[in-house]
Amino acid sequence: MIEIENVRKSFGPLEVLKGVSLAVQKGEVLSIIGGSGSGKSTLLMCINGLEPIQGGRILVDGTDVHAPGTDLNRLRRRIGIVFQQWNAFPHLTVLENVMLAPRKVLGKGRREAEEIAAKNLRHVGLGEKLSVYPSKLSGGQQQRMAIARALAMSPDYMLFDEVTSALDPQLVGEVLDTLRMLSDEGMTMILVTHEIRFARDVSDRVAFFHKGVIHEIGPAREVIGNPQMPETIDFLKSVL
Amino acid sequence: MFNYTFHWRPAFNALPRMFEGALVSLQIAVLSLVIGTAIAVVLALGRRSDNRLFYGFATGWVELARNTPALFQVYMTYFGLGSLGIHLDSYASLLVGISFNNAGYLAESFRGGLNAIPETQTRAARSLGMGATQAFRLVVLPQMFRIVFYPLTNQMVWALLMTSLGVTVGLNTDLTGVTQELNVRTFRTFEYFLFAAVIYYLMAKFITLSARLLAWRLFRY
Ligand SMILES: Nc1ncnc2c1ncn2[C@@H]1O[C@H](COP(=O)(O)OP(=O)(O)O)[C@@H](O)[C@H]1O
Ligand SMILES: [Mg+2]
Repeated sequence: MIEIENVRKSFGPLEVLKGVSLAVQKGEVLSIIGGSGSGKSTLLMCINGLEPIQGGRILVDGTDVHAPGTDLNRLRRRIGIVFQQWNAFPHLTVLENVMLAPRKVLGKGRREAEEIAAKNLRHVGLGEKLSVYPSKLSGGQQQRMAIARALAMSPDYMLFDEVTSALDPQLVGEVLDTLRMLSDEGMTMILVTHEIRFARDVSDRVAFFHKGVIHEIGPAREVIGNPQMPETIDFLKSVL
Repeated sequence: MFNYTFHWRPAFNALPRMFEGALVSLQIAVLSLVIGTAIAVVLALGRRSDNRLFYGFATGWVELARNTPALFQVYMTYFGLGSLGIHLDSYASLLVGISFNNAGYLAESFRGGLNAIPETQTRAARSLGMGATQAFRLVVLPQMFRIVFYPLTNQMVWALLMTSLGVTVGLNTDLTGVTQELNVRTFRTFEYFLFAAVIYYLMAKFITLSARLLAWRLFRY
C-alpha cells in the first residue's frame, strides 16, 4: 500500500504540492488527471524518492520513503516508474537495456537476467527485437521497452507518467494495450494520463489534480462521468 | 649541407634498436593515456561539482595543463618535484608529465561529453535502483566515451609525440632517446632522425587507424 499523507513539496519559492493525501491499495489502479504544471510528475517522483519533500510523509508498505535512514536504492526495486520520455539507454541493445538492472542491482547471473529480460520483452510484444538497438525502434516500441525494463525488477508498484504523451497518435494504442494488460494482471498502478477515456475504462479511481492539491477523487466513472467540482468540469470539457 | 654525404647503412643497422625505442615510446603513450583518462574523469566531475575545493582543484589542473608548454610540465615533474625531494627517474617523470597533460586536455572534452548526456538518463538508471556511482559507470560513462572518442584518439597521438620530450630529462630508451644517442656517437643526424620521423609517423597512423576500427567495433548504435 502507498500512503501519501499531507505531502508538501517546493522548488525554491514555488510550492508545487500543497498538502496532498492519498492512499493506493494493493491491486488498485489509480489515474491522476489534471492540467499541466499542476504537480503530477512531481508527486510520482516524490513517491520513489527521486525528489525530496518538505512536509508530510509517504509510506510504501510501511516504509517511510523520505526518512533519513531509508535505503532508496532498495526501495526503488519495488517501485517501477516509466516516464513520458522513455529514456532508453542508447548504448545497449533492447535485451541489455532490460537485463542491466536485474544483473547489477539484483545481482542475477547473466543467464538468469537474460531469461528475465527476454520474458518481459516478449510480454510487451518485443520478443523479435531483443538484439536491436533502441534507435531502431519506434517511439511506441521504445516506450514498451521502458515498461519491460521496469517490470524486469518484479516491482510491487508501477508508476506511469504520461507515457503516451510524446507518442505519435497511431502509436498510442499499443502502449495503452500494454497498460491494460498489466492492469488485468492485477498490477498496482498509479497512472498520470491525459487519456481520459482510457483512465475511465481501466482505473478503479481517478484523482483530479489542481494547483498542487487533489481537488476531486472517486470511482473512475463518477469523477469522469459525473464530476462535482467546477474545476473538474472545466478541465474535462477542455480535454474530452 | 651540400657537402653532406648520406650513409644509410649505419642507420639501417640501427633500426632494430630504434624499433625497441619505438616500443618504449608507445608504451609510455598508452600508459599515460590510461592514467590521464582515469584522472580526467575525476577532473571532469570536479569541473561540474558544486564543491568549491573540488572545482578549484580541477580547474587549476586543467588551466595549468592546457596553458603551459608540455616541455615545462615534463621538466617540472623531473626537476621541480626533485627540488621538493620527490625524485622520479626519467621514465617516470616523462610518464607523469604526459599523464598530467593528457588529464588536463581530456578533462575538458569529457566535461563537454557529460554535458551532452541528458539528466534523464541518470534519473532512469536511479529509478531502477542503481546507486549514483553505478548509474554513472554503467549508463553515463559508456555514452560519454562515444562522444569523446575522437578527441581521445587525438590525445593518444599527441601523447605519443610528446614522449619525444623524454630526451630533455635524460631518457635514452625511447625512440628519440635512442636516436639521439646514435646521433651523438656517429653524427649521422639526418639519416637517423629521418628514420625516427618515419617511425613516429607510422605509429601515429597506426593509432588513428586502429582507433577507427575499434570505434566501428564498439559503437554499433
Ligand atoms: N526540477 C524542477 N525545478 C523547478 N521547478 C520545477 C521542477 N520540476 C517541476 N517544476 C515546476 O513544478 C510545477 C509542477 O511540475 P510537474 O510536476 O512537472 O507538473 P505536471 O506533471 O502536472 O505537468 C511546474 O510549475 C514546474 O515548472
Ligand atoms: Mg508531467
